[in-house]
Amino acid sequence: MPSVLANEDQAMDDAPQSGENLAESGGDSFIDLNDQRIRVLPGANDTAASFEFEAEDHTLGNALRYMIMKNPQVELCGYSIPHPSEAKMNIRIQTYEGTTVYDVLEKGFDDLMGLCDVVTEKFTGARDDFNARQKP
Amino acid sequence: MAPVSVSPEEARRRKIVGVNAETVTHVSSTDFPGHYPGEDHAWSLEKFAKDFTVQFHQNSPYESTFSLFPLDASIANAFRRILIAEIPTLAIEYVFIHNNTSIIQDEVLAARLGLVPLTGRLEGLNWMQFYKRPVSDEHDASGGGETERDTAADNNTVVLKLQKECSWAPGQPKEGETDPNVLYINSNVYAKDIEFIPTGRQFKEFPSPDGLIRPVNPDILLAKMRPGQTIDLEMHCVKGIGADHAKFSPVATASYRLLPTIDILKPIVGQEARKFARCFPKGVIGLEQEGEEGEVRAVVRDTMRDTVSRECLRHEEFKDKVKLGRVRDHFIFGVESTGQFESDLLFLESVKILKMKCVRLKRSLANVTR
Repeated sequence: MPSVLANEDQAMDDAPQSGENLAESGGDSFIDLNDQRIRVLPGANDTAASFEFEAEDHTLGNALRYMIMKNPQVELCGYSIPHPSEAKMNIRIQTYEGTTVYDVLEKGFDDLMGLCDVVTEKFTGARDDFNARQKP
Repeated sequence: MAPVSVSPEEARRRKIVGVNAETVTHVSSTDFPGHYPGEDHAWSLEKFAKDFTVQFHQNSPYESTFSLFPLDASIANAFRRILIAEIPTLAIEYVFIHNNTSIIQDEVLAARLGLVPLTGRLEGLNWMQFYKRPVSDEHDASGGGETERDTAADNNTVVLKLQKECSWAPGQPKEGETDPNVLYINSNVYAKDIEFIPTGRQFKEFPSPDGLIRPVNPDILLAKMRPGQTIDLEMHCVKGIGADHAKFSPVATASYRLLPTIDILKPIVGQEARKFARCFPKGVIGLEQEGEEGEVRAVVRDTMRDTVSRECLRHEEFKDKVKLGRVRDHFIFGVESTGQFESDLLFLESVKILKMKCVRLKRSLANVTR
């Protein structure tokens, strides 16, 4: 246990010189959405980890947290935005034995995508029905 | 162990948010595995696909209302937030002022122009790409940002022009005439005076007359002028998102509310029933005759119209006879478009964007060093 804890202390980099990091401080518009945007925060193991998402906010954070919490293999899931002036969102996942946080996170994405497909399908159907009924 | 099943009454009780005179109760969702011992609340796409319902109430081009249920607040809120801040639209971003002798200052006029909602052929708007801006003005001056910058092209920039000069109306005005519309020509500059200058493929993507890039509302007053004053400027429109600037937001409002519930616990009859009905908007509470010559009785007709003003709870006689609430997983969405896209398409776009987020991040997750 203590050895694990010792690893969690991380040296902190100095703040960048002014001007050096303008591209990031400008907000979402300068982060290429196809870049590598997920990072595992220090102190992670297979059943407990925190992920840092770049250029994401409550929109995805809360939706994903809900989908992950719907997984019975998950012990805990929560999200936070550590500082409002950094476009970053952290998700904490702890699972029971027998699965890994990576599988759980991936299932979260899959479930959310499946949900989106169902919503699109039902919405289109209901709209077309409604429009057809309004016509005559 | 087979999952414990829940009675319909219990299931309904669980999803009602209580609304009291001064407080609310049972606000949080409880449909998570492990919350109720022995019950199965794991995510199931089949179950969701079976239960999920969309019900339209109104669907005019620029205003839609519809119900989504059952859906969790976190998902509904994601759709709402994407509608407001993440759907790309076209708006005026750069204004090059050649001449402006009107009394409205250059920067104020430019800000006003930016907020004018534009429209054009849908396929053309979807064909438009993002224009990559310089990283910052500072970088740009030193040449550092130049490599990052796109050049304006037909698929990322739309050029508009506004040229207007005010003059005296011909002929001698009547003695004491004060109406500016009679005295002057072009004293008002409207959004309809904005002229679209297509280039390259834009001729095909935004064909005349219906496909042209134009203001949605032609009668927006942009500036006022007097004889001798001139406005001559060129505008470059680019795609952007509402998170960057509200002018890029495709919706005037995108909001939801929860379906209200009204449970009458003890019968409310006679004069009281009439008074009770007056506590709610029209059509929410109906009056029913009991038998041939019985008294009238208050019945719940249409809770959708209720505003949950809680007026009935202010009256002593109704306090123990009624319970107000809202259904936690029934969302009544209202989407009002600014006119660039139709409301129902905007909602579908928001669902697509949420899915795209997942697709991209799932790919990103595969590359995470474990």
